[in-house]
Amino acid sequence: MKISYYPGCTLKTKAKNLDIAAVASLEALGVEVEEIDRWNCCGAVHSLTADDLIHQVGPVRNLIRAKEMGAEKLITLCSMCYNTLARANQIMKTDPVKRDTINRFMDEEIDYNGEVEVVHYLSFLKEAIGWEKLKQQVKVPLTGLKIGSYYGCTLQRPAEVGIEPFGHFELMNDMFRSLGATVMGFADADKCCGSYQVLSSAPGENSASANIINTAAGQGIEALATSCPLCEFNLGKQQQQMLDKGNIEQNVPTYYFSQLLAVALGLDSELCHFELNDRQSLTLLENKNYLVAA
Amino acid sequence: MTLPISDQSLSLSSIAEINTLSGENVKVCMQCATCTGMCPMAQEMDFSPRKVMHFAQFGLIDKLLEINTFWKCASCHACSVKCPRGIDIAKVMEALRQQTLRKSKNHIEPSQMAKETITELPQIALVAGFRKFTS
Repeated sequence: MKISYYPGCTLKTKAKNLDIAAVASLEALGVEVEEIDRWNCCGAVHSLTADDLIHQVGPVRNLIRAKEMGAEKLITLCSMCYNTLARANQIMKTDPVKRDTINRFMDEEIDYNGEVEVVHYLSFLKEAIGWEKLKQQVKVPLTGLKIGSYYGCTLQRPAEVGIEPFGHFELMNDMFRSLGATVMGFADADKCCGSYQVLSSAPGENSASANIINTAAGQGIEALATSCPLCEFNLGKQQQQMLDKGNIEQNVPTYYFSQLLAVALGLDSELCHFELNDRQSLTLLENKNYLVAA
Repeated sequence: MTLPISDQSLSLSSIAEINTLSGENVKVCMQCATCTGMCPMAQEMDFSPRKVMHFAQFGLIDKLLEINTFWKCASCHACSVKCPRGIDIAKVMEALRQQTLRKSKNHIEPSQMAKETITELPQIALVAGFRKFTS
């Protein structure tokens, strides 16, 4: 099986730990991952003003690249890329006036009418592999890991592009159950981490992120999993500063879901690039003795 | 808080402009404050999303331009999905940001950001932040 893949900018540098672990995991599960040619930035946020079409050009261009390669589906990992690509695709599928304007503006490109389906990695994992088969492939069960699946905003909102309905976190929860982890209830699973507000607040001073970490710790969660590099930055990389400033009471190590998937599949831990996470993230996995395969 | 409303403070054109930019109708809001209850950034805002919707309904554009609410909005759509009147409030906040940004006024100055901060931040934070805070 072969699938087209859009990585996005951050996944090639600061979130290599999200990208490489995910691609290696799919390959270990027998899926060939093909990165689309000449992809560009997705724009990171969907334009919310009614008259702004120029910011749809970036994401649509990526969808055209996928169409040119004959892809029916395009998988993404980063939650923000997923959201911008899926929402631009929705415009191209459902709004003939905007579609026509965008197609005519990009007259050097082939016409695009929403032919490619944008699919998040987690949805693809369920659909193409399935939880039972995944369970059989687990080499290092994450036994005893009290995990909280953190979706944030862009995987679920708005409903038209959500990977599952509000209040449901089954895709990531079921994946972790298949990997042998203990999935914990998490009241803040779809609360926003503050997103790009990191640009307007001092390090460690983001109240939205601090509230999420405090809720997780209060609910007995010992590890948080996300699919978004900005959530990981706000919740993970800023954690020490939140602790130093007294805004959170204790650390909750933060991971990309793909890193824990790769660990459970027994892949070399170097593929997970734990050096890009907080040091405490690796320490927890070492203490739990999950890195035996490396 | 008392806000005097007169023919000077009430701008009908600003109501129309917010509605056009957002594609929403602010007059539909019934002031239930569900948006405020859902907002993860409310504690950092000087006026809650409900109050901002009220200012917008009365066209109090001068007041709207001096508050921080829409600059603190993270566009997470938590308000939009729960609004019982079906208003996409995140789009109203975007319209309010755009009213300033489209006058070539930046909310943050990228050139003033510390080099270390720029080096440290993931690309999506910079792209998203500059899209929301600069013209």
